[in-house]
Amino acid sequence: MAGIPHDHYTPKSGGERWLHKRLPVVGLLYDTIMIPTPKNLNWMWIWGIVLTFTLVLQIVTGVVLVMHYIPSTEQAFASVEHIMRDVNGGFMLRYMHANGASLFFVAVYAHIFRNLYYGSYKEPREVTWIIGILMYLLMMGTAFMGYVLPWGQMSFWGATVITGLFGAIPFVGEPLQTWLLGGPAVGGYTLTRFFSLHYLMPMILAGLTMVHIWAFHTTGNNNPTGVEVRRTSKEDARKDTLPFWPYFVIKDLFALAVILVVFFAIVGFMPNYLGHPDNYIEANSLSTPAHIVPEWYFLPFYAILRAFTGDVWVVQIASFVTGGIVDAKFFGVLAMFGAIIVMALAPWLDTSSVRSGRYRPMFKWWFALLVVDFFVLMWVGAMPAEEPYATISLIASAYWFGYFLVVLPLLGVFEKPLPQPGTIEEDYATHYAPNTGGTTTVVNPAE
Amino acid sequence: MLKKLALGALLVCGLATGPALAAEEESHVVDFDFSFEGPFGSYDQMQLQRGLQVFTEVCSACHGLRYVAYRSLGYEGGPELPEPQVRAYADFYEVFDETLLDGEGDFRPATPTDHFPESSLSNAPDLSLMAKARAGFHGPYGLGINQFLKGMGGPEYIASVLTGYTGEQREEAGAVLYENTAFPSGWIAMAPPLYGDDVSFQDGSPTDLESTAKDVAAFLMWTAEPKLGARKQAGFTGVLMLGVLAVLLYLTNKRIWAPHKRKLKDTPAPR
Repeated sequence: MAGIPHDHYTPKSGGERWLHKRLPVVGLLYDTIMIPTPKNLNWMWIWGIVLTFTLVLQIVTGVVLVMHYIPSTEQAFASVEHIMRDVNGGFMLRYMHANGASLFFVAVYAHIFRNLYYGSYKEPREVTWIIGILMYLLMMGTAFMGYVLPWGQMSFWGATVITGLFGAIPFVGEPLQTWLLGGPAVGGYTLTRFFSLHYLMPMILAGLTMVHIWAFHTTGNNNPTGVEVRRTSKEDARKDTLPFWPYFVIKDLFALAVILVVFFAIVGFMPNYLGHPDNYIEANSLSTPAHIVPEWYFLPFYAILRAFTGDVWVVQIASFVTGGIVDAKFFGVLAMFGAIIVMALAPWLDTSSVRSGRYRPMFKWWFALLVVDFFVLMWVGAMPAEEPYATISLIASAYWFGYFLVVLPLLGVFEKPLPQPGTIEEDYATHYAPNTGGTTTVVNPAE
Repeated sequence: MLKKLALGALLVCGLATGPALAAEEESHVVDFDFSFEGPFGSYDQMQLQRGLQVFTEVCSACHGLRYVAYRSLGYEGGPELPEPQVRAYADFYEVFDETLLDGEGDFRPATPTDHFPESSLSNAPDLSLMAKARAGFHGPYGLGINQFLKGMGGPEYIASVLTGYTGEQREEAGAVLYENTAFPSGWIAMAPPLYGDDVSFQDGSPTDLESTAKDVAAFLMWTAEPKLGARKQAGFTGVLMLGVLAVLLYLTNKRIWAPHKRKLKDTPAPR
């Protein structure tokens, strides 16, 4: 039943029919690559390809790095230096892998905010959205564990601080922390299990990628108008869409090439720009760095974690109500994970019947503020825990929750949306002339 | 457009965190110029050889270079010592070899495949990665784009420390501390290692304090990032090839979409 109506694969030769009867893999590939895609997708619909490419890049460079890396406290740091100095092309492998993590998060944040603006999370794409959030969580876990592997000062102390968060959970916290670390403190056992998980989690991520694609291929892509592709007949669907190949493949590859130019410029000319100098000092449990700062992509949520200190009234009330079980530290942990959970719940918190932010005059401004808020959080996350940053991070964290828990539910009630186009074709026709054919010499390569 | 905005915003944010981190250090790092800065900069072979000499004659008394192998002194893009000279240089050091004397171990002269020794003084940090591990990482003035044009700032920090002694000293808990304008806390445990004219160069290069400090800082940048030249070359090739690919894909994309994206005003007449 699923999917937008379109022409399916029909095996032509005898060999094709033979295979199709036994394993319809060609048909599956054909349907995937030729899927009807809304023809009005803009440049914010390129991040999926960038993310898929980056996952492959990380796995390929990672597999080679593993051949030379030694997960032991004595040799991890030295083996990374061995990769940088003696392995053929090792310096490029490692710098691409390290900066690839940053590319991954640039792309995933752009992808997430695209969804938030165009309402891609809404019915019927909730499952795609939830899988996406799970993938984002896995990405964060993978990136965090990967950062521990070089066994530098930031690796060690970052791991100490982050696993310490689990220690803040009442009752089960400390055993949980010990279980995660494999011992009472970050050490050799932590390194080996993080290494194992750092290899495992991208494989799960690759599996979830397929489920993610399966899910949105069932519902069809959202598009900038938020209006669904007509499914009444093949002819109607054809008016709203173009096949993924070649139109969107080439478009996405062009965008990917541009992004990779920037990526290679960073890897080639300033590969340590996004890293931290302290990670070029071998881990030392006796010497704490002056500032323990997470990687840039964790900063917004790190800011939320630190925002809720003991003198904030919400924390005091929570502490009083729960009889002290929820203290400031645990509250911070709850807030950090809560910030992602409220995002995951967006499909049910957003009450507006209109999908795309394009036709929501009030929503636009609240959304713009959320984007600003995200960058403010990233900025204060890198700052020391003192005034005025503490107050700024508290306000910014409050808005993050306010947007999802208050603004989204209320906007659906108070906002008067603008008229939406009836179909994608109708919207497209206001920008481009109809393709009557015949007047152009360009042959459609898909046919 | 939106993508550009998003990338721009991220970049700005990245730039913003730079000065924030650097702003806390009140120490003063001088923005010395080095030959290996910028996308096309490369190491100055003669300067690396001079820096090696300063390191050997001064720094190596206390500091080690445990991740650096003698053989790499002869590699392309480094000091590029001729092979006999690398052998002679290694021979000058002794290493402990566990396989000698039937497993008891003994000292033997080092060979090119051995690494430099570790620090001989317990509180003297190893210098292999110092240029990448110290403040000034985000560029001496903290701006991210500085790192693209002016390098990462580590060698600037090293040269600044070496030239940053004020001559003041004080005793604290039995240890002598020396005032230094580049060191983050202002007081450093290392006695001034260079005064000027500490070494004499065969090629007659200047041996004043600033020149020798810069020479050894450049050498330590090489020990930290020996593949800098190859990396920049790879980056340049990558940017160039992908740039060409991007142009080709742009043209392909434009042609494919042309029938579907004709401008409204280009149509002859509404039917």
